Amino acid sequence: MKKSLSSLIPHPSSLKLMPPFIKRLVGALVIVMVLIALNAAMSNEGFYGMGLPYYYSHLLRLAGINIILAVSLNLITGFTGQFSIGHAGFMAVGAYASAFLTVYYTQGLEQKLTAMMGATAAQAIVFLIVLLVAALAAALAGLVVGIPSLRLRGDYLAIVTLGFAEIIRILLVNVQKVGGPTGFSGAIAPWEGRATIPQYANFFWIGLFAVVTIVVVYNIVRSDTGRALISIREDELAAQAMGINTTRYKVVAFVISSAFAGVAGGLWAHYNSFLSTQDFQFFRSFEVIIMIVLGGMGSITGSILGAVVITALPELLRTYPYEIVIALALIPLAAVLLRVIRRERLPEVIRSGWPHAIFVLVFYVALFLVARLVLINLLELDYRLSAMGVNISNYRLVIYSALLIAMMLTRPQGLLGHQELGFHWLKRAQKRPVGDASVGASGGVPIAERDAPTADPYKETENR
Amino acid sequence: MDYFVQQLINGLNIGAIYALIALGYTMVYGILRLINFAHGDVYMVGAFVGLGLTKLLGYTTSIPGYNADTQGHSLWGGLTLVLIGSMVGAALVGMAIERFAYRPVRKYSRMTTLITAIGVSLLIEYLFVAQLGSAQRSFPSLVKNEAFNLFGDVRISMPQIIIFVISILLMILLQWIIYKTKIGTAMRAVSFNLNSAKLMGINTDVVIAFTFALGSALAAAGGVLTAQYNPSIDPLMGIITGLKAFVAAVLGGIGNIPGAVLGGLVIGVAETMVVAYGSDIGLASSYRDAVAFTILILVLLLRPSGLLGSTVQEKV
Amino acid sequence: MRRTLIALGLVAVMFLGLSCERRGAGTGGGGEPIKVGVYLDLSGQTSSFGQSTKNGIEMARDEINKAGGINGRPVELIIEDEQGEPGKVTTVVTKLLRQDQVHALLGEVASTNSLAAAPKAQEAKIPMITPSSTNPKDTRVGDYIFRVCFIDPFQGEVMAKFAANSLKAKRAAILADFNSDYSKGLTQFFKQSFTKLGGTIVDEKTYTQSDRDFSSQLTAIRSTNPDVIYIPGYYGQVGVIAKQARQQGITVPLLGGDGWDAPQLWDLGGEAMNNSYISNHYSIDDPKPEIQKFVTDYKARYGGVAPDALAALGYDAMRVLADALQRAGGTDSAKLRDAIAQTKNFPGVTGTITMNAERNVDKPAAVLELKPAARQFGYKETIYPDNMTPPTTAGASPAASPAASPAATASPAAATQ
Repeated sequence: MKKSLSSLIPHPSSLKLMPPFIKRLVGALVIVMVLIALNAAMSNEGFYGMGLPYYYSHLLRLAGINIILAVSLNLITGFTGQFSIGHAGFMAVGAYASAFLTVYYTQGLEQKLTAMMGATAAQAIVFLIVLLVAALAAALAGLVVGIPSLRLRGDYLAIVTLGFAEIIRILLVNVQKVGGPTGFSGAIAPWEGRATIPQYANFFWIGLFAVVTIVVVYNIVRSDTGRALISIREDELAAQAMGINTTRYKVVAFVISSAFAGVAGGLWAHYNSFLSTQDFQFFRSFEVIIMIVLGGMGSITGSILGAVVITALPELLRTYPYEIVIALALIPLAAVLLRVIRRERLPEVIRSGWPHAIFVLVFYVALFLVARLVLINLLELDYRLSAMGVNISNYRLVIYSALLIAMMLTRPQGLLGHQELGFHWLKRAQKRPVGDASVGASGGVPIAERDAPTADPYKETENR
Repeated sequence: MDYFVQQLINGLNIGAIYALIALGYTMVYGILRLINFAHGDVYMVGAFVGLGLTKLLGYTTSIPGYNADTQGHSLWGGLTLVLIGSMVGAALVGMAIERFAYRPVRKYSRMTTLITAIGVSLLIEYLFVAQLGSAQRSFPSLVKNEAFNLFGDVRISMPQIIIFVISILLMILLQWIIYKTKIGTAMRAVSFNLNSAKLMGINTDVVIAFTFALGSALAAAGGVLTAQYNPSIDPLMGIITGLKAFVAAVLGGIGNIPGAVLGGLVIGVAETMVVAYGSDIGLASSYRDAVAFTILILVLLLRPSGLLGSTVQEKV
Repeated sequence: MRRTLIALGLVAVMFLGLSCERRGAGTGGGGEPIKVGVYLDLSGQTSSFGQSTKNGIEMARDEINKAGGINGRPVELIIEDEQGEPGKVTTVVTKLLRQDQVHALLGEVASTNSLAAAPKAQEAKIPMITPSSTNPKDTRVGDYIFRVCFIDPFQGEVMAKFAANSLKAKRAAILADFNSDYSKGLTQFFKQSFTKLGGTIVDEKTYTQSDRDFSSQLTAIRSTNPDVIYIPGYYGQVGVIAKQARQQGITVPLLGGDGWDAPQLWDLGGEAMNNSYISNHYSIDDPKPEIQKFVTDYKARYGGVAPDALAALGYDAMRVLADALQRAGGTDSAKLRDAIAQTKNFPGVTGTITMNAERNVDKPAAVLELKPAARQFGYKETIYPDNMTPPTTAGASPAASPAASPAATASPAAATQ
């Protein structure tokens, strides 16, 4: 049963007569207008002075770029099962290619277009061209890396992609025209091009490409190609035996995923205005992996969720380190407490589905507030610790890694596993089980305690 | 000719360190089929434990005379104590990592264990950075800073001699453990087939713990020895060195012990030669790190089983 | 009934919890503070520089605030650690400019990092003073970027002159840090000057900051038989390079720049640092009263630690900024920029500071000899830039000459050990 995004939008019966093409077009226009409106809200001056302060718009833009990276990586790692930890390499290719083009070759073109159609349109066209080049360059890199590597399995593929990403980085660091080890902030020789990388990537563009990435990957996954990819993930030998050309599909997925990584790189380059190969080191690739693992490797909405959480986490840890640590430490505690208060003892209304989810959320928040009250306001733990010389924001990366390990130990399928967060949960919640309430109530609860701890979707059947 | 021999000595020197670390990778992979990403950081931990020990024993760098022998402490005694102490400490760390991070995820898929391994590696690195800052610290030299003229223009320094001698001794010790002791035989059995070994009554958990301890001890020795040669140590020094040692293990055939040694030496010499002769063909010495990765990719593409490894047939 | 009570209790707890705020730090009284953003490497590979600079800046700030602030307003420093990575530098500087909205920026030490930050400061039209970045590219970014030290074309020339004239060297080899603009700049200018003085560069090799082993580069250099080796890098690697060089049997003098100035150099290099010289911004045993007062105050404040050139430059940079703020009468960025540009004959501990047209300062450099036994740099000689007139009598320390009176001049008899 093929689901398209437009079927999720409720529409009055008269619209049912319109062909799907028009529906999709209208949907796209609505999204574009929403993005433009949001973009205006992104600066302090926008929306009649009610706009967001820089700090938040910065985080939103970063989250947008991370969403593109996470969703595209999920295509090759989550849906096709090919473990690639070189994503930052393709991002770097896209970033440097687009920045190089913009800085050295587009000034004349932009001036001509501005004379013809005004600055905004001219910049838009130049930016689109540059991003297209970024995507193509990254796709080419993906082809070069993918064709030889995708023959390998599991660990080996991971290491080879890591190696390629490092080689890309080392090659870029030796190119003087894009700044070399110093970093790229504009033309090296001032007469050859622009002095700075122009900041084309505002929220509108980032949001637009995030939406495009999500739609494209969603459609791929729901198509025949997607089914082939998922079959490769589940059991490659069986897929081959069924006649699927696994190499071809793997390479195609790899190239598409790298192309989007390149677009993300281009957006990053034109937002940060400064490129340094140190930003594309192994840890960056691994951050994207953390995003999709956290969200659930077979879930698009999961990777969006993961991207947002991982983007926000460093900032939150910087400003509210103690709260975050308490919040994280309470998760296992809350889970244990909820198990003690068994579901049967809860009132009928909040036993399953959405109401249960809301109850769990409220319970957790209440627990958090109580803990915060006790530890910070009453015991003043934060002052005592910093008086002892322990600066917790130094430990934020430690908390990061500990979080990752804890997640691998307890819930390796991530928050959403293979499921997608969606409106169909609303429908499921209405199912009221007959008879004994605890049996058969599934409800698609997000903070599920039902998944067995050993539910690992990627378990290979090994003969040892 | 002298120039070539000198560079060869330099290369074999670094290669010996890579070999010590690669042995740890290869042994763990042999029995668990797990790439222990955190191994490079155990190398770093070994160096820092050694640093702590030198402070404990009273060796410092601040005494005029800079070789820690003006307080009546013996240098050789100090080196032995620090070496053994750091090897023991690192072995404990290695066993702890195995027990608390790898054992619970052993039943999961390879991707999960790989991610866990990377997570552990990052945890160790950032823990050290949070506590000590990422700045370098200096390790006191426990080896006299002299050098000897071999022939012509070729010189070898005392730290280099120590590295050669001790790595060879450790490798001989390892061979003896693996081929002449009961636990060594058990290790070989487990690497052949874990389940069958269990059926034969071998306590695989103990064997696995022992393997981790052995590998970590070797890496720590590498760390302390490198610190004699290059006294600057920092919490992030294990990343690149660990990665190159991993490439060495893959090059030699992962799971194959002589292969790890061979791989380490080859990578060390290759790197040095690129720097030595690279400028003649237009390669700046900044391409040095790319050598290891290029070798990795070539090996995995052309001969994935490595130089001394054997191909494993895939069963359906 | 019971359930309702529980629900109410839950809600009450939530409100209670939400209403409690963290006890926040109070804001001090007095006039509205002048916010100065400081970005430095406080925990990375060049943290010694960052820590020293921070010490100098903080000491200056306390002196200024104790004297009543600037027109009644206290100086408030917002200090950020970027660990010496250019990517982090841009993030941190953007935060200082956009979020904290500082009135001026101080930083960085490494030229690469200043270069990453400068375009941001220029774009935001906030003046930035770098205390010790010496690569000329930094101030060329725009007219809001200043420095209080000399630049590398001069510094490279200094060592070239010293090598050719005082050490009588004819062949030089260079071992430079690949990742550093500072190192690359110095290499370029040293080469230029040395060849102009009749010498030849016999070999040129590079290393990266993550290298652990320099023996291959050193063996290659040794085979070309240089008279001196110029190593314009940072202390973390230079110490080890010197040690390995001596092990390889290289006995010729090693030369370097201000990047060597850190106490870790002695720990790493030990006695290998003998027979080495660097160019630096000032000499600690300069007998001039202002300098000795600075040294004494610094030692008193920081537990007996002697100030290195970076602390001195940090101190000077903060004071130059304060002086300009005073003259500008406020924090208006255009006026502040002009005031900084008009700094003339400001008495700094690193010399008399006058901003020239390129927003750099013409100052002489001190050539110092390394004394690892005492863990100190000893004064060797002073070298002046071409457009400055050195004092006529060697040994006299000119008190009030209108042309810049170089701070590093000292009577050699008193200073050399």
